[in-house]
Amino acid sequence: MNDLLVRNISRSFGGLQALLEVSFDVARGTVHGLIGPNGAGKTTLINILSGVLSPTSGEVIYRDQALHRIPAHRVAGMGVARTFQNIRLFPAMTCLENVLAGHHLTALRPLLPRLLRLPSAGREDRKLMGESCEILARVGLEAKSSHLAKNLSYGERRRLEIARALSFSPKLLLLDEPVAGMRRAEAAEVANLVRSLAGEGMTILLIEHNMSFVMNLCSQITVLNFGRVITTGSPEEVRGHREVIEAYLGSGDHDA
Amino acid sequence: MLEQLAHFYAVYGSVINFIGINALMALSLNVTLAAGMLSLSNAAFAGLGGYAAGILTLHFKMPYVVSLCGGALVAGIVGLLLGLPVLRLRGVFLAMATLAFGEVVRIAAVNLDITGGAEGLTGIPNVTKTWMIYLALAGAAYFMANLRRSRMGWALVSMREDETAAACLGIHITYYKVAAFTVGAMMAGLAGGMYAHLNYLITPRDFGFFVAVDLLIYNIVGGTRVWYGPILGAVLITALPEILRGAGVTAGPIRMGVNGLILLMVILFLPNGLASVFAWVRPAAVKAKTT
Amino acid sequence: MNLLAQQLVNGLFIGSVYGLFAVGYTLVFGVLDILNLAHAAVFTLGGLVALWLVQTAGMSIWLAFPLATLFAGLLGLLLNQVAFAPLRKRADSQFSGLISSIAMAIIFEAVAMGVFGARSVRFPQGTVSVHIWHIAGVTITSLQVGIVLVAALLMVILTLFIQRTRIGKAIRAVAESERAAMLLGVNVNGIIASTFFISSALGGAAGILYGLYFDALAPDMGRSIELKGLAVIILGGMGSIPGAILGGLAFGLSEVLTVAITGTSNLRDAVAFTMLFAILLIRPSGLLGRGKMREA
Repeated sequence: MNDLLVRNISRSFGGLQALLEVSFDVARGTVHGLIGPNGAGKTTLINILSGVLSPTSGEVIYRDQALHRIPAHRVAGMGVARTFQNIRLFPAMTCLENVLAGHHLTALRPLLPRLLRLPSAGREDRKLMGESCEILARVGLEAKSSHLAKNLSYGERRRLEIARALSFSPKLLLLDEPVAGMRRAEAAEVANLVRSLAGEGMTILLIEHNMSFVMNLCSQITVLNFGRVITTGSPEEVRGHREVIEAYLGSGDHDA
Repeated sequence: MLEQLAHFYAVYGSVINFIGINALMALSLNVTLAAGMLSLSNAAFAGLGGYAAGILTLHFKMPYVVSLCGGALVAGIVGLLLGLPVLRLRGVFLAMATLAFGEVVRIAAVNLDITGGAEGLTGIPNVTKTWMIYLALAGAAYFMANLRRSRMGWALVSMREDETAAACLGIHITYYKVAAFTVGAMMAGLAGGMYAHLNYLITPRDFGFFVAVDLLIYNIVGGTRVWYGPILGAVLITALPEILRGAGVTAGPIRMGVNGLILLMVILFLPNGLASVFAWVRPAAVKAKTT
Repeated sequence: MNLLAQQLVNGLFIGSVYGLFAVGYTLVFGVLDILNLAHAAVFTLGGLVALWLVQTAGMSIWLAFPLATLFAGLLGLLLNQVAFAPLRKRADSQFSGLISSIAMAIIFEAVAMGVFGARSVRFPQGTVSVHIWHIAGVTITSLQVGIVLVAALLMVILTLFIQRTRIGKAIRAVAESERAAMLLGVNVNGIIASTFFISSALGGAAGILYGLYFDALAPDMGRSIELKGLAVIILGGMGSIPGAILGGLAFGLSEVLTVAITGTSNLRDAVAFTMLFAILLIRPSGLLGRGKMREA
């Protein structure tokens, strides 16, 4: 069944039409790819889906609820998490703290028990700590849990962003170039992670330029160019699609 | 020994009192700084709280504690009303709006009859004792230390690091900004109320632009990332003139220059403030529990 | 009606000094997105140094003015070197730059107090010969005219400089996008230093004019103008030079008119700051400012 319905989403910035009548569906528990040459409007779309930007027209329905004119923090409240193309970690915090911070929606952390030194506060802290360590282990960063986020390598930072996004147990995960700049082995591990998340019922929409990553991982792919959808289909269908090939001709996007 | 202490207190009592008040005010600024907001209106809130408390005591004959609460409440309400429109602004714009607000408050205090004009409100009974100041300070510090590990504390620090990412984690930015602003305002109002009852009077000059800048300096020098940073900064900068005087330096320009130099050195070389010397300072939530 | 005209004229004169001061502020903000809060201290030192040159070194004001202005420009270079350049790589460079400018302002003011004393001083009699004219019922002194002319001349020179010369174009490029300018081969560090030089020179010049106009100089004279300067650049639009000029004039006029209308100078500043507050809420980009921050 379809979790996420994108219907005729358009967005213009002044005179620039970034997205025009973009429509596609994403099925629950699947990994859906979003590809296209640079400037095709992919990140703009993710910004609209996560509530950072509002569309000029069109709608987005997630699990029967309208998503498109809701502020970002309420979109997150509906179980939607994302990562950022430019990586927006909390640089002065450690990896563990980044993930702990991500628990905002699921951790009560009330002030009064803390002031009164009640044991429930300590219990909750320990529980959160355990959960956060598990999430870090899942992305392979458990050894770096007390390292500052700004000191991580590029690939590690991307993985930390995913970890932080996972911390409030989202149902829909929007990944913006999760393996950019990663070597093949690292990217393959992320692919395994994404596969296992989907296996647990999470719906994942990801933007990527790494073609082998996308083709091997996604069950459906939507191709954007100049803000319009060229096609949506399985990897085989997309690979052989004439317009898709033309759009990419000369753009030099190969697998890493 | 007791004699020496009594003598020390007789000589330095007022400095000790001022250190306590300044530390409390510095903490009040820390609530908003922790969230990355450069709001400079806390001096004005202290003034509002001080005047309100003074007026409650003088004209309405309220008991001390009621006046203090009234002062804090007035400051808090004004903070809430001010915060709602103003907190949309970022960075220097927020700083300027809050500075402008502070100036308007100060000028109002100078021109209104009920505040006693430029001479200020006089004849306020000096009920505040040193232990009261430090009790309030201890309470505020305890509150701040625990705030850091609460949901709100995590939200504020996340907002400071990256607001967009914080919003995408479900943090309601505006709500927390207004909340931090209001809490800070109330704390400042409390400090102002205590100050008003300290030396019989409160004047507009006590809460102007330079006090606002001073509060910022206490926070920067001490460090904004831990609860004891602002206290450290307030203690050092307030006590410094006395220390220098003890060393034979009484000239105004030199004391001023030293202040400026300390601030410069801190921001250039110790950006997390002096507190970062005592602990490898990071949001401390994790450290105590990692065993 | 004559009274109104007189007030307008007075507002124009003080407004042109405000404008000159604000231009320096806005220049640095436009190029670096940083508020240099030491600008007011440079304003003070410029005035005091000019006074010293006239009084102690016996120079004529016509020589002291450019020299003191030059000195102010050098102070700007010092500011950049010590307080801003080391912080530019930091993520929070806007904020830490602000703080270090506050630190430098305190240091400069302490130096001013130490060297020149805390009392208010004035330019000696006869520094500028003053003629008084009465035109259409309005009194104008040659000093006022001179101030406006000098301020206007400096602002015209600056505008031409920014528009026509290579350095000026480089400044505009860096203001637009530092990275792009660097890719185009602009020596960004040098341009930033030049910007500080120009900005502080203008600020110092404003200080000299202010000291002549009000016939008083003190180490803390920068304080009153500091907040007003901020109000002016917000009003005119941060980063816009014509905005700073217009804002300065508007501000000077509103100040003078407020005093005239209310009959007292008490509320003068309150009106100004309320205006500032309202502008920040309604249209933070001011009259002529750019809406967004420049790219890194």
